[in-house]
Amino acid sequence: MNLEILGVSVLWTFLFGYILVGAIDFGAGFFNAYSLLTGKQRILTKVIQRYLSPVWEVTNVFLVFFFVGIIGFFPKTAFYYGTTLLVPVSFGIILLAIRGSYYAFETYGARGHKGYSFMYGLAGILIPASLSIVLTISEGGFIEIVDGNPVLDYWVLFTSPLTWSIVVLSIAATLYISAVFLTWYAHKAGDVEATNLLRKYALIWSLPTIITAGGIIFELRKHNLEHYNNIQTFWPMFLISFLLFAGTVWLLWKRHNYGWAFILLMGQFIFAFFGYGASHYPYLLYPYLTIYDSFTNPAMAISLIIAFILGLGLLIPSLVLLMRLFLFNKGYVRGKKDFHV
Amino acid sequence: MGNEEAVFYSRVLTELTLSFHIIYATIGVGVPLMIMIAQWVGIKKNDEHYILLARRWARGFIITVAVGVVTGTAIGLQLSLLWPNFMEFAGNVIALPLFMETFAFFFEAIFLGIYLYTWDRFENQKKHLLLLVPVAIGASFSAVFITMVNAFMNAPRGFDIVDGEIVNINPIIAMFNPAMPTKVAHVVITAYMTAAFVLAAIAAFRLLRGSDHVYHKKALYLTMKLGFVFSIATALIGDFSGKYLAEYQPEKLAAAEWHFETQENAPLILFGVLKDGEVKYAINIPFGLSMLAFNNPNAEVIGLDQFPEDEIPPLYIHYLFNIMVFIGMWMTILSALYWIGINRGWKRVSTKWFRWLIVLGAPLTMIAIESGWWLAEVGRQPWILRKIMRVEDAATTSGQVDLMLMLFALLYLVLGIGSVVVLRRMFNKNPVERELEDRHKEKGGDVQ
Repeated sequence: MNLEILGVSVLWTFLFGYILVGAIDFGAGFFNAYSLLTGKQRILTKVIQRYLSPVWEVTNVFLVFFFVGIIGFFPKTAFYYGTTLLVPVSFGIILLAIRGSYYAFETYGARGHKGYSFMYGLAGILIPASLSIVLTISEGGFIEIVDGNPVLDYWVLFTSPLTWSIVVLSIAATLYISAVFLTWYAHKAGDVEATNLLRKYALIWSLPTIITAGGIIFELRKHNLEHYNNIQTFWPMFLISFLLFAGTVWLLWKRHNYGWAFILLMGQFIFAFFGYGASHYPYLLYPYLTIYDSFTNPAMAISLIIAFILGLGLLIPSLVLLMRLFLFNKGYVRGKKDFHV
Repeated sequence: MGNEEAVFYSRVLTELTLSFHIIYATIGVGVPLMIMIAQWVGIKKNDEHYILLARRWARGFIITVAVGVVTGTAIGLQLSLLWPNFMEFAGNVIALPLFMETFAFFFEAIFLGIYLYTWDRFENQKKHLLLLVPVAIGASFSAVFITMVNAFMNAPRGFDIVDGEIVNINPIIAMFNPAMPTKVAHVVITAYMTAAFVLAAIAAFRLLRGSDHVYHKKALYLTMKLGFVFSIATALIGDFSGKYLAEYQPEKLAAAEWHFETQENAPLILFGVLKDGEVKYAINIPFGLSMLAFNNPNAEVIGLDQFPEDEIPPLYIHYLFNIMVFIGMWMTILSALYWIGINRGWKRVSTKWFRWLIVLGAPLTMIAIESGWWLAEVGRQPWILRKIMRVEDAATTSGQVDLMLMLFALLYLVLGIGSVVVLRRMFNKNPVERELEDRHKEKGGDVQ
């Protein structure tokens, strides 16, 4: 394995981490707001707040890590993506800002403020949509080079069925991942009512998730034949992913072992996400940018990897501590005591 | 929109975001240390007032952290969105500290989450104190690493340019550039100083508003004492920064001091206004600049005449320099008087007007922080990377920067108002007297 592939794998893993924890977070905010609207707040809010409160800040760091890392390992991405993504990413930042700050304002400052909760829920569901534009653009066909500078063609972008399929997938998958996780979490908390409600949401959102995910592969045939052909060569990964999906749905349906349902779901997304990533190889932005012509110099690459390994040495034990104290702590999850500052 | 406009709006948007962010970032770097000290003092003296102080500061701190985190994410992404050519360059040479900053941030985020949700959960309060160590370290080190990047922009090192290509890159030399030691030290120490004075202002304000509780008096004494120590350190490092500029970045020093002609025995100009190229109403301190720059009254100080006209920073930075330095000196004197006054039993430091001066210290130190950053950043114009890349060559070619500027201005307005409203509500609803009473009931009864 060469440094380029190592670098891109590290980044892809962190992006996956962000998508997973982010989806739980974004979906939870949406369900919380939705439960306010339908008068089911009593059932859901407690479970959601218990999970979110100690980790909301950590979620954001995964994203920061990804975008700082990609500039470090692949500095040319700053030139191509930086110039073209001003508008969509700025919208993403504004939504993230509303979300992050209003979560804190609501939770610590003005508990139970309805306006905050709605803003929070709405922003959460729009963030995956605004950020997934990056994935669409990476498929190529939306950027032209004018006078040596990349320019994004908004008309082509917004009229492409591929764009909208990816947007729908990002929203559906967010709600699906979140509902499955929260079903498990509510079950651990011994909250039967919340478990049943969230299980229902999980089953509802499983369908659009798998339909759009499958549909995108076929749309790629028209849009980017090279990528479509690459996906074919990775077919076993997508098959495994589908089987894991079926397993999750089956467990949810039978009300068996929600913990395993979530683990299978992680497996499903790992296979799909890395299968997609591997078939994208070697392009970061089709057809202008490959991981080879944009990779940083060897001195920087090596020092980044050393920093990365040392950093992980600090991070992994800290994350384990965080999970043991909250996620996997029975007393905390069940809400026996409140130790909030 | 032409490229010139894109450059202009990119500069305005970056300035807006950073000016807003540093208010929260400075609090974010300084306050964890203060919480840690209060908690430690509380444990050592076995005084629940200090523990409660730590707890209440931590509660307010969450709100400022939230805004700091989201605006920090904004500036992190805006660097690539607005200055793609600079970031491409930075990615090649200076990505290491950028990357390490996210680790420091990660570390802080994890332990802050744990600290906030484990109050009273550990039998031993010392264990809980230990959780604050990584929070304070993470907060300070994110400032250290990100300031390294900024120092690099002032003194780019660690690479060579051969035929327009960058070669021989050494990330470690880029990190430890000559501007790094003074800049990093100045940023971190002034953040501690500002945090101390902001917290002092809160205590003084409560005392003015009728509460006569000993809790606020303890808070005021502790923070003023810390503020004094950090302002002395700030003055020392500020002097080193001046000497650094004289040696490595003379055009910034010359512009800040309105030092037009290279000369020996250079005087220091305080205040004054610039009219048609002439300085009026200024106070002249003979030999002052030579002393400031080289600790030698006869030393020669390079003036603006040594630089081509299109490489001279705007001369208004002189005002920023004055504001920064005078607020710093004023706060040093104020905190020294308070400290001595309390120990000697002077009545005057506990009067209303003296407390109002302490309250005024919070906005003043924030203004000093802003002025200092504007001085440092505008003083580097026209370069984004000194002597390597000009600002106009680094900016985006996108045509929508003006629209984004308006959106972000609106966002910061909402966040600014929101954070103030929430913080006020949090503490007005729950004054310290009531919280102390509640805690006594809790401990007396069988709640925990």
